[in-house]
Amino acid sequence: MTKILFIEDEPTLQKTLSDVLKKENYEVLVSSDGESGLKTAQAEKPDLILLDLILPKKDGFAVLQDLKKDETLKSIPVIVLTNLEGTTDVEKVLELGATTYLVKANYDLQEIIFKIKQTLEK
Amino acid sequence: MSLRNILNQFNIAKQCRQYNLSLWQCPGFLTIVMGVTTLIVMSGTYLIANHYAEEPEVAALIVIIVTAIIFVIGYLIVNSFNYLAEANRMKSEFVGIVSHQLRTPLSALKWALGLLIKEEALSEEQRKEYLEIVKSSNNRMIKLVNDLLDISRIERGKIDIKPQKFSLAKLAQESVSDLELAARKNNVKIELKNDENLPDVWADPSRIRLVLQNLLDNAVKYSNDNGRVEVKIGREGDNLRCEIIDNGVGISVSQQSQVFQKFFRSDNIKKNQVEGTGLGLFIVKAIIEMSKGKVDFESKEGKGSNFWFTIPIIKF
Repeated sequence: MTKILFIEDEPTLQKTLSDVLKKENYEVLVSSDGESGLKTAQAEKPDLILLDLILPKKDGFAVLQDLKKDETLKSIPVIVLTNLEGTTDVEKVLELGATTYLVKANYDLQEIIFKIKQTLEK
Repeated sequence: MSLRNILNQFNIAKQCRQYNLSLWQCPGFLTIVMGVTTLIVMSGTYLIANHYAEEPEVAALIVIIVTAIIFVIGYLIVNSFNYLAEANRMKSEFVGIVSHQLRTPLSALKWALGLLIKEEALSEEQRKEYLEIVKSSNNRMIKLVNDLLDISRIERGKIDIKPQKFSLAKLAQESVSDLELAARKNNVKIELKNDENLPDVWADPSRIRLVLQNLLDNAVKYSNDNGRVEVKIGREGDNLRCEIIDNGVGISVSQQSQVFQKFFRSDNIKKNQVEGTGLGLFIVKAIIEMSKGKVDFESKEGKGSNFWFTIPIIKF
């Protein structure tokens, strides 16, 4: 079963997206802050990571940096899923090695699933 | 352009009011002052120079002084433009933060509604869960928009304060009961400890209710499980002092100076994932100051906070 790690601190968003992912037969791991997200990534080696940017304890930029520094984790595709939207933020996460960048409020769940499938097929 | 518009252009006082600036900070007014000063002083210089025709140093000295005065006024004008530009920048930043704050509940709404509409095989329990998300996101947006409207009124000086005599202890009692349900959900106990025979205060009860709600709400939200919140009211000179004491997460020393700023949210709050707009305490401070009271706090990280305010007993 394909394993997806969803790092997001907002409970309403955790619940809705992970419900859909489960329905699509993915195994979903949810972390509510950057630190525990990183730990889960190290322990579980997911196939894909969905990462929010504004997170408690360790923000998404720092998590992404650490993920890409770790030899065992750096090949895992990371989709940044956030409501921040500034060209500098986009450039920064893509530079740090994120696969793609989605603004939550602009995508519905089906579109996000589609992006996830696309990324996993690559 | 109608005559009225042209006349309005010359109505400097109105322009200054629109910019929310005092006359001495207002570019239009300062330019006129500079013009008038230049005219008067130049004429004066001409007369004096004629008088002291044999002593050109005196005339030169006067010209230097006049130039210095014009320079100072020019500097004030540039400064006021800078002030306006800074205010404009802050406003843009404010709009950015608000939009971002709205996007979170909007995303949750969008996703939950998508699930409710598209997914046919939903159990009754799931439907209810998604509807709850719709409801809570909606409430969050309403709260944010209401706070913003309050702030906009406060900043334009348009907030109505209708003072009257009322019992602060009774109002506190009511506010505590309003919050009882939320407190029970968080496993927090609220205790009310008032001194006996407290006199009435002179303020706007609906605004003070908002203050109490905001402070109590914070105390409950930022308390840990099994928390305790204490509300104490006592007399302090010509004021009543109300303290709201919690044993919650507290605020670190480095962040204490920012607590009453707009959109301030402490790191401890973010760590504990409590939602909020960061506008409540800004509103609290504005209301208390408009009510001729004082508001402040003491806090120790990990131990809790004590937020207190005073309001006058006697009529002003």
